[in-house]
Amino acid sequence: MIRHIDLSSVLRHSVCDLYSNLVTRPTGAAVRTEIEHLLADTPGRTLTVIDFSHVGLLDYSCADEVVAKLLLRFASDAPPSDAYFLFRGMQESHLDAIEAALVRYGLALVSERHDGHSQIVGYVADDEQRAWDAVYRLGAADVATVAASLGADAPAAERLLNGLSDRRLLMRHDEQYHALGHAG
Amino acid sequence: MTTVIPVPPSLDDVTFEQVLDRLAPLAADEKVLIDARHARWASPYGLTGLLALAQTREVRPGLTPPESDETLSYWSRTGFFRYAEELFDLHGTVPRARPTAESSVLLEITSVSKSADVHDVVDRIQQRAQNILQRELSIDAQASVRFVMTLSEVCQNVVEHAGRGGWVAVQTYRWQRRLGRRVVQIAVCDAGIGFRRSLESTPGRALTDRWDDGMALEEAVIRGVSRFRDRGRGQGLAGARNFLGKWSGKLSIRSGTARIAIVPPWDDDAPLLEGLAPFPGAQVQITIPERTVERGDEHAADRAADRGVAGTSGRRGGS
Repeated sequence: MIRHIDLSSVLRHSVCDLYSNLVTRPTGAAVRTEIEHLLADTPGRTLTVIDFSHVGLLDYSCADEVVAKLLLRFASDAPPSDAYFLFRGMQESHLDAIEAALVRYGLALVSERHDGHSQIVGYVADDEQRAWDAVYRLGAADVATVAASLGADAPAAERLLNGLSDRRLLMRHDEQYHALGHAG
Repeated sequence: MTTVIPVPPSLDDVTFEQVLDRLAPLAADEKVLIDARHARWASPYGLTGLLALAQTREVRPGLTPPESDETLSYWSRTGFFRYAEELFDLHGTVPRARPTAESSVLLEITSVSKSADVHDVVDRIQQRAQNILQRELSIDAQASVRFVMTLSEVCQNVVEHAGRGGWVAVQTYRWQRRLGRRVVQIAVCDAGIGFRRSLESTPGRALTDRWDDGMALEEAVIRGVSRFRDRGRGQGLAGARNFLGKWSGKLSIRSGTARIAIVPPWDDDAPLLEGLAPFPGAQVQITIPERTVERGDEHAADRAADRGVAGTSGRRGGS
């Protein structure tokens, strides 16, 4: 199931009708709690598009509360549900704040750029990035295909792909690993 | 008996120390009169610092406003007297503050004590900051956004760590003598618990023999340590430092008896001053100068900043 969450609407609904900026920790915590409530309504595997398009300013503290802490919970060893996230509509300043927050925890996310293509933002090792790029180019791929693309052996490629899946950067379905936000 | 403390003709972060030197020997319940009659100029730091000073006194202090009509009018336009009336016994009349179109006051003095106040500050300054910083300081729109992010973070430090409210003010002006350029200055002053006591409140924190205000400032500002154990904490000042590094800005924070500064190449301030007159809370000043990059090398600062962060694990890779 694909769900769309407009962060600006969540902000106004959960904190204050008049706010358009995601600033301060209490605001971020309230917005994250609302997102978690929405996700709790949907059991099973989900892909949630978190849309920043109508968010004005995002400061570092709020980026930590909304994005990093959300991902920290769902990319943990015991996530509350099988949820994946695609972030959309982020401006450069949003990315600055989010990247600073993610790097502190060793987290990363998939962001859909304005040109429709996607990128990883946050902490990612070089071999993880190459594996993700290989899957992204194809939309979906199995271990053998990615191993061939990387010139790596199959166990190494599988380890990378499973790691990316655990980090919620790829979605695994049977033997295939799917890129989030693949433009097709 | 009332002790008179004169305000220097030019009141900024440096000369404010003269006021604190005079205040330091006095008991908190001793009556003081802040004599600003001869003041001709004051920075946002000076004005918000005076409000914080009043907050530290157990007996309501007096304040004699500037004699110069021009100075008096300016102090009024910054919103100073709106708060001074609540904190001081004012001697003499002060002009009523009227809404002003003056562009140098980017943000009138505003009290900050809760999260909603930070939203208010950000909402009020956002559009003005973009227009004025771009026009007067050649700071582009993206950097203006980061400027407001920095402002938001330093205001949040008051809400989260001071234990009582403080004040923020933002202003642009020409720093003819020191720099020969326009600057924008943010000042955020409070008389709360300060950095040392804030960090001491961390459960189980081991204090070393050298533990003092200077070390607390180094921990918080240089190493990003916060009283909260949460790994995500301490990002606000780190983000501010990053932004200031990119724009040759200066950050100075005074707390207790010490003052730390992130000093850009255009300034020769000391990175750490210790043994200052004790004063509660934290007093933050951020100064960003007008951009004067030679044509054809507009991105030099960006490249330098990028080199400075190379090797970190942050990445925006992508297809």
